[in-house]
Amino acid sequence: MNFEYAAAPESRSVVKIDPVYGHFINGKWVSGSAHFNTINPATEEVLSSIALGSAADVDTAVKAARNAFDKSWSKLSGRERGKYLFRIARIMQERAREFAVLETLDNGKPIRESRDVDVPLSAAHFFYHAGWADKLEYAGVDTTTAPHGVVGQIIPWNFPLLMLAWKVAPALATGNTVVLKPAETTSLTALLFAQVCQQAGLPDGVVNIVTGDGSTGSAIVNHPGIDKIAFTGSTEVGKLIARAVAPTNKSLTLELGGKGANIVFGDAAIDETVEGIVNGIFFNQGHVCCAGSRLILQESVADEVLEKLKRRMDKIRVGDPLDKNTDLGAINSAEQLAKIRELTAAGEAEGAGRWSANCALPTNGFWFAPTIFTGVTQAHRIAREEIFGPVLSVLTFRTPAEAIEKANNTPFGLSAGIWSEKGSNILWATQQLRAGVIWANTFNKFDPASPFGGYKESGWGREGGRHGLSAYLKGSAK
Amino acid sequence: MSFYGLVDGSDTSLRNYLKQLPGVDQVGAEARAAMLATRSIKTTSKAWAIDTAISMVDLTTLEGADTPGKVQALCSKAFRPDPTDLTVPRVGAVCVYNDMVGIARQHLDSIGAHELPVAAVSTAFPSGRASMAVKLQDTEDAIVAGAAEIDMVIDRGAFLSGRLIEVFEEIVAIREVCGDRAHLKVILETGELVTLDNVRKASYLAMLAGADFIKTSTGKVAPAATAPVVLVMLEAVRDFYDLTKVRIGVKPAGGIRTTKDAIKQLVLVNETAGPEWLNPSLFRIGASALLNDLLMQRMKISDGYYASPNYVTID
Repeated sequence: MNFEYAAAPESRSVVKIDPVYGHFINGKWVSGSAHFNTINPATEEVLSSIALGSAADVDTAVKAARNAFDKSWSKLSGRERGKYLFRIARIMQERAREFAVLETLDNGKPIRESRDVDVPLSAAHFFYHAGWADKLEYAGVDTTTAPHGVVGQIIPWNFPLLMLAWKVAPALATGNTVVLKPAETTSLTALLFAQVCQQAGLPDGVVNIVTGDGSTGSAIVNHPGIDKIAFTGSTEVGKLIARAVAPTNKSLTLELGGKGANIVFGDAAIDETVEGIVNGIFFNQGHVCCAGSRLILQESVADEVLEKLKRRMDKIRVGDPLDKNTDLGAINSAEQLAKIRELTAAGEAEGAGRWSANCALPTNGFWFAPTIFTGVTQAHRIAREEIFGPVLSVLTFRTPAEAIEKANNTPFGLSAGIWSEKGSNILWATQQLRAGVIWANTFNKFDPASPFGGYKESGWGREGGRHGLSAYLKGSAK
Repeated sequence: MSFYGLVDGSDTSLRNYLKQLPGVDQVGAEARAAMLATRSIKTTSKAWAIDTAISMVDLTTLEGADTPGKVQALCSKAFRPDPTDLTVPRVGAVCVYNDMVGIARQHLDSIGAHELPVAAVSTAFPSGRASMAVKLQDTEDAIVAGAAEIDMVIDRGAFLSGRLIEVFEEIVAIREVCGDRAHLKVILETGELVTLDNVRKASYLAMLAGADFIKTSTGKVAPAATAPVVLVMLEAVRDFYDLTKVRIGVKPAGGIRTTKDAIKQLVLVNETAGPEWLNPSLFRIGASALLNDLLMQRMKISDGYYASPNYVTID
């Protein structure tokens, strides 16, 4: 018998998308001089026209942020700042459905993920940091802490609202004001967040949102009135920012790319390991900097794991991101799809074995079937470069030492996973791995209380937890 | 007996076989079950799922207060769940205590329900605390009285104290009594086994010993058929099929009361063991109150509104 799931789409009627958006500067909407379209990557439907921020727009926003910092925000007690953050968090929860649907429309990710992960975690970040606002001087950060002032923040398109929350919540909790630029392809939830700031009565100029592309980001990075830059995105752009900021007094945190190793030992709980592998690479279409994109399997269980993995991948439901039963949504942009295709073609050309799940892909929009490459070695491009898509490279190992050696043999060092039922094995491996986040018998678990960040070319600094807070405080000892 | 060529019936071979099974990570299994519980089953697929679930119900009464009248009423309901709508399928089986088997069989035959099997709970259900002689006789009695399916309980005490071979040999002995006369469902009572590692071990133990079905619970112990437990059992029958090319059935029982609960079970089956198991010969749901909720939801789909509970019969 065949159990077909009828379409179960989440209603679009909860969101109202304006045909044109301006920038949100000093608590008001400011028209842009030029615009570009933002589309739904699942259908290529044009959703809205977004303002392209110029250097002048950035300058206005920085001045508004500076003015807000000097006149209102820095004068407030931590407790008063905390009140605003709690209020924002509650409004985000109240408007959760609106945020989830809008995120799915603009980004292409499944509604199940925006509803169950992105939006609740974003609210959780505001709640968590709201609690810190009045405790900074006494709870172990430092007794002589002070905010930087105006913070410029540039965020990526893979978790638009969540990355905004990771950036804005700690900045406000510590007393900074913000100029934030969302990614070019995913501005809409940031603009909805601007409405939440208005609704919460946040003083004008504390949060400013300037939309745009790389040129807008560059204007933020190079603006002399900004005290600190926080960036999440590609290692390539991160390096450019580091160069630009090096001769200035700006502080800098970077959260960049990764090529996470997911190591499966022979004694692992196989069924849950397979789930963890799927979650590690196919969560959010693989558009995850900490994705477990390199599966490193012990040879003794490699065949069994791969067979079960393929069977599980055939159950992945690819399609309409608004359908509540969809597991894998659309690739965020034509540009990203081209990059995934280029790297997978290289994988085939270099002789790796390609296998894709048997699923029908929609004709419009940007889609890529869940894919694995077997027989991958350290010398393959698909083992070294970040694909940032639903593509898994499978390598094997014979001894634990070999697994660690392969896992660490990368310029990145953001995440890693260990699958083993043996506690001592897990503890040993975590000591050897050079990665900022290591999961044991799980993957892609996030919590605002847990610091997140990378080694090597995966970034500078941490976000979340006490460590993430200190990045927004100057003169902080730790 | 060959035990699928996987064990030779000795304590050592059974022990070694069960020891080499991969562990179950509780957190991961719970996460997977919770994810599958978010599936949204609507319109045509909901209608299909409701009818499929009805055909899989083992309609059960297992009470000290059971009487012939109660059992006969249950049988009528099992055959024609909704007397006003004959498109409703009959349930999978009627499940009763040993002494009610004859009454149930007789009544079913008298209403023309010759194809509807009677399942008997056996082996000193629900605790299993009786001598082997009693358990064997219990089973023989039920089959003679007309039971086509035997729902036996395992000796949880022996399992938990590590006397696995005793549990195994008991199942083998009951299997022999059943022979070709009755299907054997083995109740693991997962609420007493507690860990998912134990659930996996007990599932394999029962399958190796000759179970046709593995069943979660007696319904007398909570928790019963939780989603992670059913998930692990479905993985076990799936992997056992890969090894032996024999499909063993799964029967969750206890705590499945609403249409929503039942549909979640079907989703678990569909995405774990696969669509081959979406069949009353390989998946049953032990329940009593569930049937009426399925009927109410079925009426809601056909009529467009919720009927008063008075429109479904109470047996």
